[in-house]
Amino acid sequence: MSKPIIATTSLAGCFGCHMSILDIDERILQLIELVEFNKSPVDDIKTFTKPVDIGIIEGGCCNSENVEVLKSFRKNCKILISLGECAIMGGLPALRNGIPIEECLHEAYINGPTVQLNKTGIMPNDDELPMLLDRVYPCHEIVKIDYFLPGCPPRADLIWDALVALITGDPMKLPYEVIKFD
Amino acid sequence: MSNLIKFKIDGVECMTERGKFIVEAALENGIFIPTLCNMPGVKPKGSCRICTVKINGRLMTSCTTPVADGMEIESNSAEINELRKSIVELLFVSGNHFCPACEKSGNCELQALGYYYQMMVPRYPYEFPLREVDASSPHIIKDQNRCILCKRCIKTIKDEEGKSFFAFHDRGHRLEVVLDKEMGSQMSEALAEEAMKNCPVGSILKKEKGFNQAIGSRKFDKKAIGSDVKL
Repeated sequence: MSKPIIATTSLAGCFGCHMSILDIDERILQLIELVEFNKSPVDDIKTFTKPVDIGIIEGGCCNSENVEVLKSFRKNCKILISLGECAIMGGLPALRNGIPIEECLHEAYINGPTVQLNKTGIMPNDDELPMLLDRVYPCHEIVKIDYFLPGCPPRADLIWDALVALITGDPMKLPYEVIKFD
Repeated sequence: MSNLIKFKIDGVECMTERGKFIVEAALENGIFIPTLCNMPGVKPKGSCRICTVKINGRLMTSCTTPVADGMEIESNSAEINELRKSIVELLFVSGNHFCPACEKSGNCELQALGYYYQMMVPRYPYEFPLREVDASSPHIIKDQNRCILCKRCIKTIKDEEGKSFFAFHDRGHRLEVVLDKEMGSQMSEALAEEAMKNCPVGSILKKEKGFNQAIGSRKFDKKAIGSDVKL
C-alpha cells in the first residue's frame, strides 16, 4: 500500500502551527517514513499534483484567497483538520470582527499612531490583492471540517498523536496536558 | 444525630447534614460537580446551569437544591456531561473568548471546563458580539468581551457599608456587569486583587497584573478542574 499523502496550508495564521508540526523533533524522520507530503509550505509544492488523504489547515479565512485555498483543500483532500485556534475560531485576526472594515483600514493606514509617511492617505487597492472579507471566519463555517485540534499552537504531541491515529486507525490518546486553548 | 441524612450520587452512598445544597454535600463526600456562578459562602443563584444534575427524572441545579433524605442524584452520566459541555460551548460562542490573548488563560474556570469536557470546537456558530473594555478605573480593567454575567463580583466585592462595586446595567442581550465609576476610583488594590481572583474568567483584571505566571505553572495547566476534590 502506498503511503498516505498529506497537504498543509496557512491561511490567516502566523505559521506558529506549522512550527508546532516541526516541534515533533526527531519524530519527523518517522513521519517521512509514514507519509508523503504534497502541497505544503514544508516542501514548497504550490499546487495539488494528486489526490490527498489528509489536509491540515492553519488559520481562519480573512480574505477571498483564504476561501479559495480552503475550498481547493476540501476538493482535493479526503479528510480536513482545523489546526489551532485561528482555524477553529478565527483567533487573533478575528479581534476585528464586529468592527467595520473601513474603520480597520483607516486605523492601519491613515489614523494609526505609527503611520507617518502616508500623506496622501492611500490604502492598498491593487486589483491583485485579495479582497478582505466582512469578518474573519472559522474554517468550519466555510467548508466541512472533519477534525479539530485546538491550541495556540496545538501541542506537538497532540498533532503527532492525531496523525498517527488517523494513519494507523488506532484510537487517539488524549492526555489532559495536550488539549489547551493557548 | 438525627440531623444527618443519607443520599446517593451516581449510586455512591453519601451522607451530609440536613439543609446543605447538593454541590456542598457532594464536595464533602469527595464528589466534584462543576460550577461557574457558584462560590462557597455566597448565596447561590443557579444561573449558569453548569451544575445541573438529574433527580427523579428532572433536571435541577445542584447549587440551589438542598439535599433531601434518600435522594438519588445522577451527575456524572453521559447525558448530563453532554448537557454541561453544551453550556460551556454556548458560553464560548456568545462572548469573545480569545484564550491565546487572555491574561487569565491557564487560571480561567471556563477554559478549565472546556479542557475538562474536551471541547475541541463549539458546536454552535460564533457570535462575535461587539463589546467594550472599560479601563477608566485606577486598578481595574473590565473587559465585557469575556464576561459571563455570573454575578460573583457583584455578590462578593463590597465596601464597608455593604455596597457593591459592580452592578448589572441594561437588560436582555445588552445586559452587562459594570464597575461603578465613583466607587471604582476609590477601590483599594487589595480589593481589586480579590475582584480579579473571584472572576471565573478574564473579565475583571487588576492593572499591571497580567501574564505573571509562566505557562506550565498556572492553575489548570497540568491539573484538571476538580482534581483536588477528595474525601
